[in-house]
Amino acid sequence: MGALSIRQVTKRYGENHILKSVDLDIAEGEFVILVGPSGCGKSTLLSVVAGLDSPTSGRIVLGDRDITYLAPKDRDIAMVFQSYALYPNMTVEQNISFALEMRKVPKAERRVLIDKVSRMLQLDQLLDRKPAQLSGGQRQRVAMGRALARQPSLFLFDEPLSNLDAKLRVEMRAEIKLLHQRTKTTTVYVTHDQVEAMTLGDRVAVMRDGIVQQFGTPDEIYGRPATRFVAEFIGSPAMNMVHAKWERNRLYARGFELPVSPHAIAMVQAHANEDMIYGLRPESISFGPPGTGLAGELKMIEPTGPESYAFVHTAAGPFVVRVPGKLKAQVGEPVSLVWQPADVHLFDAVTEARMSDEPLQLAVA
Amino acid sequence: MSAATALGTARVTPVMARGRSRSWQRWLLWAMLIGFATLFLAPLYVMVVTSLKSMDEVRAGTLLALPHALDASSWGKAWSTACTGADCQGLRPFFWNSVMIVLPAVLMSTVLGGVNGYVLSKWRFRGSETMFAMLLFGVFMPLQVVLLPMSQILGWLGIASSVWGLILVHLLCGLPGTTLFFRNYYAALPDELIKAAMLDGAGFWGIFVRIVLPLSTPIIVVCLIWQFTQIWNDFLFGVVFSGADSKPVTVALNNLANTTSSVKEYNVDMAAALIAGLPTLFVYIVAGRYFVRGLTAGAVKG
Repeated sequence: MGALSIRQVTKRYGENHILKSVDLDIAEGEFVILVGPSGCGKSTLLSVVAGLDSPTSGRIVLGDRDITYLAPKDRDIAMVFQSYALYPNMTVEQNISFALEMRKVPKAERRVLIDKVSRMLQLDQLLDRKPAQLSGGQRQRVAMGRALARQPSLFLFDEPLSNLDAKLRVEMRAEIKLLHQRTKTTTVYVTHDQVEAMTLGDRVAVMRDGIVQQFGTPDEIYGRPATRFVAEFIGSPAMNMVHAKWERNRLYARGFELPVSPHAIAMVQAHANEDMIYGLRPESISFGPPGTGLAGELKMIEPTGPESYAFVHTAAGPFVVRVPGKLKAQVGEPVSLVWQPADVHLFDAVTEARMSDEPLQLAVA
Repeated sequence: MSAATALGTARVTPVMARGRSRSWQRWLLWAMLIGFATLFLAPLYVMVVTSLKSMDEVRAGTLLALPHALDASSWGKAWSTACTGADCQGLRPFFWNSVMIVLPAVLMSTVLGGVNGYVLSKWRFRGSETMFAMLLFGVFMPLQVVLLPMSQILGWLGIASSVWGLILVHLLCGLPGTTLFFRNYYAALPDELIKAAMLDGAGFWGIFVRIVLPLSTPIIVVCLIWQFTQIWNDFLFGVVFSGADSKPVTVALNNLANTTSSVKEYNVDMAAALIAGLPTLFVYIVAGRYFVRGLTAGAVKG
């Protein structure tokens, strides 16, 4: 069992910087998500932790052991791959027991572990099957069982759900969460799916271009995104963003004066740059009585069942509004948008960092 | 409405026309396939019937006719008493020479090719691609090029004109081909399988023996058939590097057919040629079905 500490890890292929100094401290038993668009370095970071790739510089410490240059088999890490990587020539039982056999676990003990794991994952009926005879969800479970049976000090998941259909993905997501609550094994989970990130993680690291842009609880990531990128990446529909300019002690977007809280005014005044990004979550906006707030025209409605998304064109730019239930309005109708100044997120237009009077938690290179 | 109907009929007609032309094409296809099959099988047919005729019947000149009475004596003569040059023991000793050469050379070149392919596809190292490119060169190299240097080397090793020398030559010349086969086959095996096994605690040989080899049946069979055919049918190396009593069956067959006595015994020649060709035929028939097997299908993706 152990905490995982990733210290100033970099990875270069020639001139190509895949990881630019990544620092993450993960507590024992924690479930941490690495999320980001493809090519952000999240999978490379996972490979480096697993020992399948070595870092250009930096250290990786698991528990009290420096594992940076240990062989994968000596790290006490188990990994679930995106393709599951089940051994096609072996039955489910052999797949699960392979690692134990390689570690010279006595046969009787292997039997006990396989029983335990297969009951936990409802694999008892499938032990004699080959991977080719299993459905996607069953393969996924075998892959987890294989990792689980070893009782490693660290679990790695590399986009484990992306090969499953939408319904199964939700089921397996819940199963992974329950499993973690039972075993309390430190887990690092890579995904590009923000819903997985928000629902599974104790903490989430949002990565982009080889840098961790923000590392915090799902609440922090959603409620106080550290950069414009994090704000746009997490949340669906994405956060509304308008370019705004600070003029004559007011904030304007294409001539419309944007409401700002007094707290934000003080912050903006202290800020050197006058160009900024004004961000609003779709659920922070609502429809006001005519004549109030920002006037616009309803262009499109997307009903999803429990809620609807309204796409509105305004003088300040396009906005998406999230309303619960069904929206009783016609496309083409004039509407006006209102919101609380406290819900506004402000970002510097140049550095794209969140404007804050608190010191920034993360250095953005 | 009327436009839609017009469109509908316009679309139906060419479909029917295509259906007719398709059956016509099918007839042509069958006719051609049967024609070519006959063309290719005719020599084999002539060989088989001639080998079963008596010399009198052969002389009668009815090449395509079935034998009046089955006469297998020419097979016996070809096997044990026909003259290949000065000695007259038939093909038998040379057939066993070929077996002695082929078995170890095929097995060793397949095993080494498998290990090579495994390393070159799953354990790449600096320069491994260059190495593979150079090996590829070996596949396309005309074999005549190596005759002189090879005989020199066999001389140094003291195994010139022996079965051992031929085994070594065939092993070395087969290696580029078998490596290419295995390397390309293993390139299609997902890397994640290897990574998973590494994390599970298996080492280089553990992964090869427990994971990779069990998935290799199709390519092993392909390799065995390929190598067997190549080495069994080899004439060039057999003629150049063999001594008087280490000649392979192909060289002996040539000598048998060229040994002139008073009469040209076509039936014996044909029987000898069939004897020399039977093992490759046998291998194809026994192992051929493995050619089309894909064992990893459906094993990885969901």
